[in-house]
Amino acid sequence: MTDFLLGHFVYWSIIILLIIGLYGMMFKNNLAKKLIGMIIFQVSVIMFYVASAVKWSATVPVLDPVTGVADAAKYISPLQHCLMLTAIVVGVATSGVAFSLAILIYRNYKTLEESDLLNHMKSS
Amino acid sequence: MVHNSPALVPLLFLAAAISIPLLAIRNEKVAYPVTMVASFGSVVISSYNILLVLRTGPLTYHFGGWFPPIGIEYVLDPLSSFVALVVNVIAFFVLWHASGIQEREIPGKSVPYYALAMLFLCGANGIIVTGDLFNLYVFLEIFSLAGYGLIGIGERQAPVASFRYLIMGTVGASFYLLGIGFLYIVTGSLNMADVRNILPHIPGNPAVAAALSLIFLGMGIKMAIFPLHGWLPDAYTYAPSTSSALIAPIGTKIAAYVLIRILFFVFGVELVSRSLPITDLIAWLSAIGILYGSVMAMAQNEMKRMLAYSSVAQIGYIGLGIGLANPLGYIGAVLHILNHAFMKGSLFLVAANLRKKTGRSDIANLDVSLRKKLPWSMAAFTVAALSMIGLPPTAGFFSKWYLALGAIDRGEWGFLAVILVSSLLNAVYFFRILEKVYLLPPPQTTGEDPLPEARTGWGFPVGEENYSLMIPVVIVSFSLLLIGLGNANIVKEVIQRVIPLGM
Repeated sequence: MTDFLLGHFVYWSIIILLIIGLYGMMFKNNLAKKLIGMIIFQVSVIMFYVASAVKWSATVPVLDPVTGVADAAKYISPLQHCLMLTAIVVGVATSGVAFSLAILIYRNYKTLEESDLLNHMKSS
Repeated sequence: MVHNSPALVPLLFLAAAISIPLLAIRNEKVAYPVTMVASFGSVVISSYNILLVLRTGPLTYHFGGWFPPIGIEYVLDPLSSFVALVVNVIAFFVLWHASGIQEREIPGKSVPYYALAMLFLCGANGIIVTGDLFNLYVFLEIFSLAGYGLIGIGERQAPVASFRYLIMGTVGASFYLLGIGFLYIVTGSLNMADVRNILPHIPGNPAVAAALSLIFLGMGIKMAIFPLHGWLPDAYTYAPSTSSALIAPIGTKIAAYVLIRILFFVFGVELVSRSLPITDLIAWLSAIGILYGSVMAMAQNEMKRMLAYSSVAQIGYIGLGIGLANPLGYIGAVLHILNHAFMKGSLFLVAANLRKKTGRSDIANLDVSLRKKLPWSMAAFTVAALSMIGLPPTAGFFSKWYLALGAIDRGEWGFLAVILVSSLLNAVYFFRILEKVYLLPPPQTTGEDPLPEARTGWGFPVGEENYSLMIPVVIVSFSLLLIGLGNANIVKEVIQRVIPLGM
């Protein structure tokens, strides 16, 4: 049991991050807090990919004259990191759009509390 | 066959999206012609593509000359070229229509608006042609981010609706990304065809099941399948009319297409319908969604909100066809992607014409004078409404017919009942409007004539319609009759060529 918990501690921490993110998005009333939840959620997915690329007794995927290219297994796979660079860029773009929408909402209604916003939307 | 044309449409839209803000620095009137040229070009290229694909078989394009599975591959097979043609044709008519209402809906914002619309279509076409799972994620986010912008430009409440869509949509995309992460860990590949070949060698792997559930969940949010549809009604209601007419026919259909592509062409029918009961789950959720969407649509007082709830129901038909997982259901689902794009497109365009004419599109305000003021828009509305209800020979009948046959083929009588009941519910909420416009007596008036003699053009009564608003609506809705009459050819020549293996 302890082996199961400790052996997968990376995945447990990723699951905890995922749940924190989902909790923030679903239960927080303030839109800025929802956004923080969304970013935590995205980061947990990025951590998942990075964790999947970890390999002991291997080196960074840059050609090393000592190691050579004969044994490719001595390098870690660079693909996950490349994918996550793209995903980070996408995440930054998403939060940029989200923040600009939040600013627009604040200009229109002078509040970011979702319960107030729903009341305003119904009345107008 | 390796060919350049799969990459042309996404690149054309990307080039248009970048060049519109640059060209429009001096004069913002340039934006609209550039948009129309790009949109018309995409229709031409995708028609050429589908003819080429039907004649010579699937086309592929390898980015940077890297061969799959290492490089990114673009694939046009009969299914993807068909969906691409549907998307580009409907987008062309919606953008044509946009010229008449842009002053009312998006005053002073036409340059960023058209650039975003181009980016939106770039993402849509990229999703359709790509054969790479991660590339699909990138295009999905391009598509969604442009969509949030298109919605947020609208009314005062639109940013709130768009924000909620953004949160839900990002969760969906992240679930999708997590799913392909699992898939990559077990297969070591991101190319769809390659993953398809590897998966049968690792039966019973729990990571594949996790990947499947996560991808279904993510795409279900984007597709607004029943319990995950929360973002849709507000987003469609408060968006500018052009955005509603662009996103309602294209947005959710793209997600449905991705679901079809990944469930049946990556995981395979055997896995999704027999080893794991994912398709049964989709079918039941969709059946509930059909009834829920129809009942909610009946309760709405505002036309765009009614159409939004009706979209939830119509997505259910596509989901039901996917969930049946037999050839008839699959034909029904793909045919309904075409039909619903044209039906919802023309209905939202009519709602836009109403808003332009009368300021609001509340159902309570509709009256008999509209049949003189907007005769062609109302005729278009009638055709599209009949198609939504599913009366032959309109297109809507035939997709429901295939879905019903598929349900009978599976022996699922419950789904057959859902299809029939929902047709009746559709009839209720559309005849409610048609009755107000065509059947009720004109309101009592004091003195002046409430229905002045209609203006005529080329010998036809055109009321007070604006040609640039009327012609696209009329073409889209009357082509529903053509699609209905020609549906046997579409099914035989296009859809039946790519029935997934093992159905």
